[in-house]
Amino acid sequence: MSPRIEHHVNAAVEQGLTIRQTFNAFNTLLIREVLRFGRIWMQTILPPMIMTSLYFIVFGHLIGPRVGEIDGVPYINYLVPGLILMAVITQSYANVVSSFYGAKFARHIEELLVSPMPHWLIILGYIAGGMARGLAVGAAVTVVAVFFAALDVHSIVDLLGVAILTSALFALGGLINAIYANSFDHITIVPTFILTPLTYLGGVFYSIHMLPPFWQQVSMFNPILYIINGFRYAMLGISDVPVYSTYVILIVSIVLLFGVTLRLFHRGIGMRG
Amino acid sequence: MTPAVEIHNLSKTYASGAEALKGIDLMIEPGDFFALLGPNGAGKSTTIGVLSSLVSKSEGVVRVFGRDLDTDRSWVKSQIGIVPQEFNFNQFEPVEEVVINQGGFYGMTRKAARARSDHLLQELGLWEKRKSMSRQLSGGMKRRLMIARALVHEPRLLILDEPTAGVDIELRRGMWQFLTDINEAGTTIILTTHYLEEAEQLCRNIAIINEGRIIENTNMRYLLDNLSQETFVLYCDQSVSSLPAVPAISARLTDVDVIEVDLAKEQSLSEVFEVLRGHGINVTRMKNKTNRLEELFLKLVKNSNEANQ
Repeated sequence: MSPRIEHHVNAAVEQGLTIRQTFNAFNTLLIREVLRFGRIWMQTILPPMIMTSLYFIVFGHLIGPRVGEIDGVPYINYLVPGLILMAVITQSYANVVSSFYGAKFARHIEELLVSPMPHWLIILGYIAGGMARGLAVGAAVTVVAVFFAALDVHSIVDLLGVAILTSALFALGGLINAIYANSFDHITIVPTFILTPLTYLGGVFYSIHMLPPFWQQVSMFNPILYIINGFRYAMLGISDVPVYSTYVILIVSIVLLFGVTLRLFHRGIGMRG
Repeated sequence: MTPAVEIHNLSKTYASGAEALKGIDLMIEPGDFFALLGPNGAGKSTTIGVLSSLVSKSEGVVRVFGRDLDTDRSWVKSQIGIVPQEFNFNQFEPVEEVVINQGGFYGMTRKAARARSDHLLQELGLWEKRKSMSRQLSGGMKRRLMIARALVHEPRLLILDEPTAGVDIELRRGMWQFLTDINEAGTTIILTTHYLEEAEQLCRNIAIINEGRIIENTNMRYLLDNLSQETFVLYCDQSVSSLPAVPAISARLTDVDVIEVDLAKEQSLSEVFEVLRGHGINVTRMKNKTNRLEELFLKLVKNSNEANQ
């Protein structure tokens, strides 16, 4: 960027921070978030790897041979995309909900609120932190999967696209949950009673074509079904839904939730007196 | 010269209906060391909260170095460093990370923030603890860490909300010297404290706030010079069996060799000394019984409360 353009953009972007300073601030928040979950890797990275290994052992090796194939794919290979994406979803969400609520609880969120960082930048920093953990755990779970199943990549663009957008979406979800939370109980309610059931019923372990017609129709209202099937298409080339619908749901949801989060920040909900 | 802080008709009503500020006006000159005093719940922290953008105001105008908080919030924030009353850093972060990250949030590169952090941690006696988790620091060290964090981006306005609460005398004096030095280097400082001796020692101007209203806003010297009465404690070189009468001055024996004297502004202690010397009593030491500002503060708050009733 030429100095002249940079000067004009700087003036337009923020009266407090230049573009370089904006990047420095974003980078600081991202590094802080990565160091945070990196320091406690035994709580953040290791458990999903162990959990996935158990899924592969129980559902893949013990029960899988009795199931046979789904859509022409051995059951253990059919499980891989759903299990990887499930880790991405839960970890992106968990990172932001715990980090942001922890910051509210210990009041060090004030470090950000008194700084000249605009609200959109704080939100982006937390999303990036959640994405970093979701994608790091997703990569770790993929490494685990190599020991149990044959990995295919049908479309690397879709694989990265769906994984990145999914981590961003659920990081945003975690942020909204944390903004509204007033106790540690509140940060477990959504994951326990909404996220986990929707994920388990979103086609991680089965194709919706195996369900009775009524439940197939009900499943179509579960947004996570589209996301998991989009990722399954990226890896195996098979899906219960058209792949474009995955992107539509992800992009529309991200835009909507980002708008909601920005509004919550502007109004100071859960943060300012 | 553009004031460091201009507040006009600032009001704050919380969602609960509590009126914390009822239209206050305040002007603080650049380079000032300004005391904002008041009893608990008077509105000091709310005023500071509005200045630091942690509390949304209900009404009024706030300008910092001439720029409006509503229209230039990001710029205003970049000019302010804040040391809050409560510890509000991540207790699970190493000490130097707390300071370096704050520099980053103000747009500093990691390298520049680290250099500044190293300097401040050395100045504030935290260098040896820079790698420790911040939760492991003592109370006094935590206070100094918050000062280092607030200064990392070299703010022109430093706001200290009871910075020496729970800090021992020796450390408190060290912090006073540090704050005096940065004020002399040009940083405007706003201080709230319950140690009125601290305000008297450090601050040039003062505002007293009570029940959401400014009840006094003046120069510290002027305020203290207008104190109507002070009480002195005189330690004598011998036992005093009966207290000699000093015309128009109230005095009493509080121990066999200790006399307390209430002195009005226009009266002089030399009259008391003369009378005592006339009775063969010499004063070996003396002290002002109460902190002068404390006396005045209590009087002003009492008058304000009575006027509001």
